[in-house]
This record gives sequence, C-alpha cells and structure tokens, in this order.
Amino acid sequence: MAHVRVQEGPFDAGREIAALTEGRRDVGAVATFVGMVRDLNEGARVTRMSLEHYPGMTERALEEICAQAQARWDLLDMRVVHRVGPLEPGDAIVLVAVSSAHRGEAFAACEFIMDYLKTRAPFWKKELTPEGERWVEARSSDEEAASRWSGGKGG
Amino acid sequence: MVTLLYFASLRERLDCAREEVALPPGTPTVGAVVDSLRARDGRWSEAFAPGRAWRVAVNQRMADLATPLKPGDEVAFFPPVTGG
Repeated sequence: MAHVRVQEGPFDAGREIAALTEGRRDVGAVATFVGMVRDLNEGARVTRMSLEHYPGMTERALEEICAQAQARWDLLDMRVVHRVGPLEPGDAIVLVAVSSAHRGEAFAACEFIMDYLKTRAPFWKKELTPEGERWVEARSSDEEAASRWSGGKGG
Repeated sequence: MVTLLYFASLRERLDCAREEVALPPGTPTVGAVVDSLRARDGRWSEAFAPGRAWRVAVNQRMADLATPLKPGDEVAFFPPVTGG
C-alpha cells in the first residue's frame, strides 16, 4: 500500500507522482507537498543543515501515519520520501504525495500526513548558522496543527 | 538486559549513543530505568529532570514512564521531533 522511504540523496518529485498514476485509470487527483530547506530560521541565517533519524522507527512511524490517513479518507495510494544527512538551503527535504478519486480526500490526507510527520516521526534537524551549530527546537504551532485532526473525521 | 538508545541533542549532552543496562528489579517500567539514569550524576539528572522535554519509545513505538519493560527491549530517549 503506502510507500515510505528515508534516503540521503535527492528525490525526483515527478517520478514519485508518476509512480502513483502509472498503469491506472481510477486516479482523479494527486496532491503533493514538498518541504524545502530555507536559508532563514528563527532570525538566523542557515548555511547548512543535517538531519538525524531513528532507523527502523522512522519507517514504522511513517507507515503508521499513512495507515491512519487511509483509515480516515478514501485514498488510492500514497508515498512519503524524507531525506536525512547533510542538506543545504534550497534542497527539497520531504515529499508527500497522495492519490484519490477526488481532490478533497487527496488534499486533506496530504496535509494530515505532513502534520503528523512533523510531530510523530523521529527526525531531528541541526542547523549551521554563523553563530555555530544548533539543534532546531520543536514548535508548539506544529503540535497545534496536528491536534486539529483529533476528534471528528476529516478535520 | 535492555538496550538504551539516545538521539540528537540528548545523545550529545550525555555523550552516549547506545548502552546495555540491567533491568531494575520488581516490575520494571520505563520510569524505573529513568530513575536509575537520574541517579548517575549531574549531567544525567539534569537531562532527565522533571519538566525537561524528552520523549521515549519502546521497541520503536512511542511509550511513557508507565510502559512495562522485559529483557531484550529497545528503549530510545530523544528530544521532541523536528522533521519535515
């Protein structure tokens, strides 16, 4: 069902989308999100970043998030690709792509998967700024975004 | 024995990525292991001080202080996650 992948190298968003649609005629919508590394965070210039993760648990957490999305919406398929290791501003860091018959499900599930990924998947960012290295702090706004989905179906 | 893993800022603060420790006697829980870590020295008691933000997973699933442990379990401690 869901395809999740953690890798050091870059990904090709076009190929990931193509993998959702190849050989099928029941797909009416593909919603995608691509997260990028910015050169500014919390008021400081970011010149480089490195991403650490918990091998094994990361993949399991992403698969569980996709399974939750599948249980909430009528989805055809989904893919999550997350990069780890050294990254630079301008690099794509994460891709979520969801296919469904209609756009509403795909849009909602794409946002749900990102909100849950940000608060539940074991990744940690370390930034290099002119003042030195620093671990990125978790944001309460990410927790609030994820909590929107608890309770009623569909959000 | 159980395996303890530490990630990200917690690993750096403790200068430890992985170790094997004996299970506390009785009915061992995550909380009992954390108590034994706090008792090590100032660096450990500060890292696991009440109110400090850290998370724990047992066998790669999110857990809490009450989660029971058995021999061979993998217990991971880490700061709140910041992916995406």
